[in-house]
Amino acid sequence: MALLPLTALLGGCDWIVLNPAGDVARQQADLVVISTWLMLLIIVPVMGLTVFFAWKYRAANTEAQYEPEWSHSTQLELVIWSAPLLIIIALGALTWVATHMLDPYRTINRIGHARPVPATAQPLDVQVVALNWKWLFIYPQQGIATVNELVVPTDRPLRFRITSSAVMNSFYAPALAGQIYAMPGMETKLHAVLNQPGRYEGFSANYSGAGFSHMRFAIRGMDEAGFDRWAAAVRKGAASLDRTAYLTLEKPSEKEPIRHYASVTPDLFDAVVNLCVRPGKMCMSQMMALDARGGMGNAGRWNLAALSYDKFGHEEVSAVTPGGLTQADQVFIKAYCTNNRPMSAAGMETQAPADTSILQGAGLPIPGSPGAAPPGLSVPAPTTEPTAF
Amino acid sequence: MSASVTTPAPTNRAPANLARWYDLDEHDHPEGGSTMLGFWIYLMSDCLIFAMLFAAFGVLGGNYAAGPGPRDLFDLPLVALNTSMLLFSSITYGFAMLAMQRGHVRGVQGWLVVTALFGAAFLSIEFYEFAHLIHEGATPQRSAFLSAFFTLVGTHGLHVTFGLIWLGVLLVQVGKRGLVAANQRRLMCLSLFWHFLDVIWIGVFTFVYLLGVLR
Amino acid sequence: MSGTPIMTAPDQHWSFLLGKLSLDALPLHEPILVATFAAVALGGTALVGALTYFKVWGYLWREWFTSVDHKKIGIMYMVLGLVMFLRGFADAVMMRIQQAIAFNGSEGYLTAHHYDQVFTAHGVIMIFFVAMPFVTGLMNYVVPLQIGARDVSFPFLNNFSFWMTTVGAALVMASLFVGEFAQTGWLAYPPLSGLSYSPGVGVDYYIWALQIAGVGTTLSGINLIATILKLRAPGMNMMKMPIFTWTSLCTNVLIVASFPVLTAVLALLTLDRYVGTNFFTNDFGGSPMMYVNLIWIWGHPEVYILVLPVFGVFSEVTATFCGKKLFGYSSMVYATVVITILSYVVWLHHFFTMGSGASVNSFFGITTMVISIPTGAKLFNWLFTMYRARIRFDLPMMWTLAFMLTFTIGGMTGVLLAVPPADFVLHNSLFLIAHFHNVIIGGVVFGVFAAINYWWPKAFGFKLEPFWGKVSFWCWVVGFWMAFTPLYAMGLMGVTRRMRVFDDPSLQIWFVIAGIGAALIACGIATMLLQYAVSIIRRDQNRDLTGDPWNGRTLEWSTSSPPPEYNFAFTPIVHDLDAWADMKRAGVGRPEEGFRPIHMPRNTGAGVVLAGLSGICGFALIWHIWWLAAVSFAAVLATAIVHTFNSKRDFHIPADHVVETERARGQQLALATGAA
Repeated sequence: MALLPLTALLGGCDWIVLNPAGDVARQQADLVVISTWLMLLIIVPVMGLTVFFAWKYRAANTEAQYEPEWSHSTQLELVIWSAPLLIIIALGALTWVATHMLDPYRTINRIGHARPVPATAQPLDVQVVALNWKWLFIYPQQGIATVNELVVPTDRPLRFRITSSAVMNSFYAPALAGQIYAMPGMETKLHAVLNQPGRYEGFSANYSGAGFSHMRFAIRGMDEAGFDRWAAAVRKGAASLDRTAYLTLEKPSEKEPIRHYASVTPDLFDAVVNLCVRPGKMCMSQMMALDARGGMGNAGRWNLAALSYDKFGHEEVSAVTPGGLTQADQVFIKAYCTNNRPMSAAGMETQAPADTSILQGAGLPIPGSPGAAPPGLSVPAPTTEPTAF
Repeated sequence: MSASVTTPAPTNRAPANLARWYDLDEHDHPEGGSTMLGFWIYLMSDCLIFAMLFAAFGVLGGNYAAGPGPRDLFDLPLVALNTSMLLFSSITYGFAMLAMQRGHVRGVQGWLVVTALFGAAFLSIEFYEFAHLIHEGATPQRSAFLSAFFTLVGTHGLHVTFGLIWLGVLLVQVGKRGLVAANQRRLMCLSLFWHFLDVIWIGVFTFVYLLGVLR
Repeated sequence: MSGTPIMTAPDQHWSFLLGKLSLDALPLHEPILVATFAAVALGGTALVGALTYFKVWGYLWREWFTSVDHKKIGIMYMVLGLVMFLRGFADAVMMRIQQAIAFNGSEGYLTAHHYDQVFTAHGVIMIFFVAMPFVTGLMNYVVPLQIGARDVSFPFLNNFSFWMTTVGAALVMASLFVGEFAQTGWLAYPPLSGLSYSPGVGVDYYIWALQIAGVGTTLSGINLIATILKLRAPGMNMMKMPIFTWTSLCTNVLIVASFPVLTAVLALLTLDRYVGTNFFTNDFGGSPMMYVNLIWIWGHPEVYILVLPVFGVFSEVTATFCGKKLFGYSSMVYATVVITILSYVVWLHHFFTMGSGASVNSFFGITTMVISIPTGAKLFNWLFTMYRARIRFDLPMMWTLAFMLTFTIGGMTGVLLAVPPADFVLHNSLFLIAHFHNVIIGGVVFGVFAAINYWWPKAFGFKLEPFWGKVSFWCWVVGFWMAFTPLYAMGLMGVTRRMRVFDDPSLQIWFVIAGIGAALIACGIATMLLQYAVSIIRRDQNRDLTGDPWNGRTLEWSTSSPPPEYNFAFTPIVHDLDAWADMKRAGVGRPEEGFRPIHMPRNTGAGVVLAGLSGICGFALIWHIWWLAAVSFAAVLATAIVHTFNSKRDFHIPADHVVETERARGQQLALATGAA
């Protein structure tokens, strides 16, 4: 009877991390559960023995054996070092495989258990910008954008490119997939898929200042047709997100309502990543290309205005006007920054492995399996390390 | 609950045995027996600070922020001259230590003064270099590379400055009390410190200046 | 107070004199702070008045503040830890209340500006000014006694270290009433902690408090390493050192090899904020990710700095109360050393979500799991020490058992978080919060309480009353699980940390339960204080005349309780592990003649002065009062130099005095034997 309110309490809760709506988060939840069981194999006996010994060898129990000088046993030592070692070997192997399979930078190769990605499936691109304190989602394929609302079609691979405008945040939608940091001047990636239509919640999981608690966004999952209808409806709207609109939107604000933009300046996200949305600013990619060539030499000593982003206070950054430039700056900007476009953004991605069987047995054929590879090395396609930064 | 615990009463049944269990013939421990070890450990912790600054320089050393790079800024002959000042100061400090071992107060003082002069020359040249860079607009604020450069080299310079102050204090102490054990110990510590700074500088010269110009 | 009032410069002349400091810096519009200030001011005045009335200032100054006696410094560290613990816990309670009521559109009772300071201060205080003083205090008190030494290697430095830590704590406390504290989280990640997003003095308080305390911590680490390596009693080779001394040695190695990293990374952040350099800025080529890496290269070893000494405590307690040798001494030592080394190659597990490649993430995940092997071995060693033992369930042993059961769970959730894909869904969640409180409260705090109950009779000459101690124990253990089980649960519901308000009303019940848990812990703290008070009042009934109230095994129990200022009239000679148990087995008597004058270090006020001046310098730097910073820094240098000219650093305790003290000890022992 006493358990009744407890079960009511537990039942009324949304265990979203353990019961997510997306396949990636599903696999991560499974991993949480499997690892826990693995460790309980050793934790439970240890706790049991602790209680048992404490009870059995209490001072009052003079019946129990007492061996004050017994302090060493090679066999026991072997057990107490090897038992955790075995568990960790198992868990370590699991970790290695799972970390590679669930690498957020890796394109997904299934949309559900035993459901490989259809050959025709085109991933949906979403560009995510964490602003102080709201979320901007840009849909480059649809040419639209939203604030604080993420609408995605179900069962279609999603490809997120994530950045931030000011401070570090973490993009986290528990229903969909694990989180990844959103950092200014840098791009992180996340691949995921949503399987069940419905309404979910996402938020920033990394403290980012005064408005952090309200930095939440709604997630709506719908079928492909519904998504297309929604995108078409958004496209009919009036608002457009160009650079000027972005600079206004970027100013700190809290509890922003959901907003839709019918059109977006095409390279806005790249400009955000490269800290060069504001006219007259040098893009990070340009700056890094120059640095790779050894810097700008003495001419580059004074071109501070084109480089400053938020160092002198985010909102006080003065727009660079032609009259306000030093001579050196002018030379510089004419040469490198005429259209203030970021250079091609690196788009390297880790591909899903062509053959996952290798991860299950160190490349050895599974005995008796019909497709047992002939002996010899089966090397997976070379994977490139993600170049996030 | 532990009232039942019995502590064996101190029995004097085997007084002859006591010398096995207690150091009955104990003398004062020489003062400062742990000083050199302690100072070594301190130096290692200081070394770790420099390691962090080197690491920061390693990470940020190529981030010129479209500004000047090492090739535009570093005057290698000047830095080589500077390096020689510090290396000479280490040699002369070595002479001071030799004089100390001979118990030669005047010699110690003389070589310490020479060391201080070399050290001061090193600092002056570094100061000149910094002033020149800043005047040219290559300030620590200009780029991450310059921030890391000024911090690493400047931290070394600050250490040398403290070394000089310490050296001055030791000159006074040697003058007042001669080469007593405490002063000898202090001279040894400063010697470690001074040579340590030399080693760090060789790292700075190689990784910051030489490799910077090469890269 | 959104940071702007502080920024408005007062009149030009005043700004030279006072920097950024002005009347606006006083939080007169925050009723909670005004009330707190009133309480602190009243209480402080009463305390100062009482001290003056009873004329104890001179006594405190001569016998405590300027003392270079490791035992007194150890006790002062514990007092500092306890006082700051009350402050840190008050912060925790404020958070619990805010999170329990901020539902259904309510903003709770704390503004973001206030709440964000509270959780930052809670973390900083609990780690730096509670856990660190506690473990440093224990090591300071116990290590020299355990190795048969008369003091640490550098007694003056020890005093100085203590006062630097205290001054750091004082700066954090000052931020409560003058200005503000950081609103960044306890590790102050840039760019948020940079000048652009934290223009107020909060982060500056954070930086200078930690820098000043960090100097103290590093120096105390150097001091204890030298002490353990140089001042062990004859015959005590490394593999005959008590296990607590071993864990202390490893801890101090960790301190010396990690605190300089903190010093360096905070110095770089300081330069970014004060000079305008670009280490961690978004623009001009800076790299905020470098800060995250560097701070965790310090931060992870720090976790082991806290937990290793209490592992030592549990080992001592288990062996003593089981009436038995510790099982697997050498495997315990190797486990400690392995943990020490491995703790340097796991730091990246604090930010798997920053986008490192899968191979990097799995490397650091697996190294983290590997640490659980030696930790598990330790647990087994305690377990098998209990096997075929005669376990006495006094308070230290109760805390040890509670630790063994609690910490195991914390360790398990920790290994779970080390699996990178699992971390992706649990990182920054309340599950993580529950995990590290599980290991820090279940490990460090329980260990410190075990240690206090264990060594209290040694330090003060009387035992603690068990009744209130047991009430406190049960409040703590039940309260802990009640406060943190809901957090584990909510972590699995996707609730993350540092949230001030919540949308989902179904969560409220969990926060209310956690709040009740916190209330139980508050009862635990209250009864613990009551336990101390009652024990002090009834000290005559609980006298420890033998110096060995628990039938201990290590050398600290061979001398009187409290030990004389010189610890041992004759330095003991060690032949085996558990030297005192060995001596008792051999029935060794106590030398009663042949006493000699004992060479001891002399007290000095230089540590107090130097630390005080450093505190002034820190305060001046926080508020940009440049002239004061320059003057106080010059004064620090001058004082240090003058101190080196002080040649009266030691003295001899006359043989007569030693004879007198030892005779009194003999009478006590006779009394104890008679009573038994």
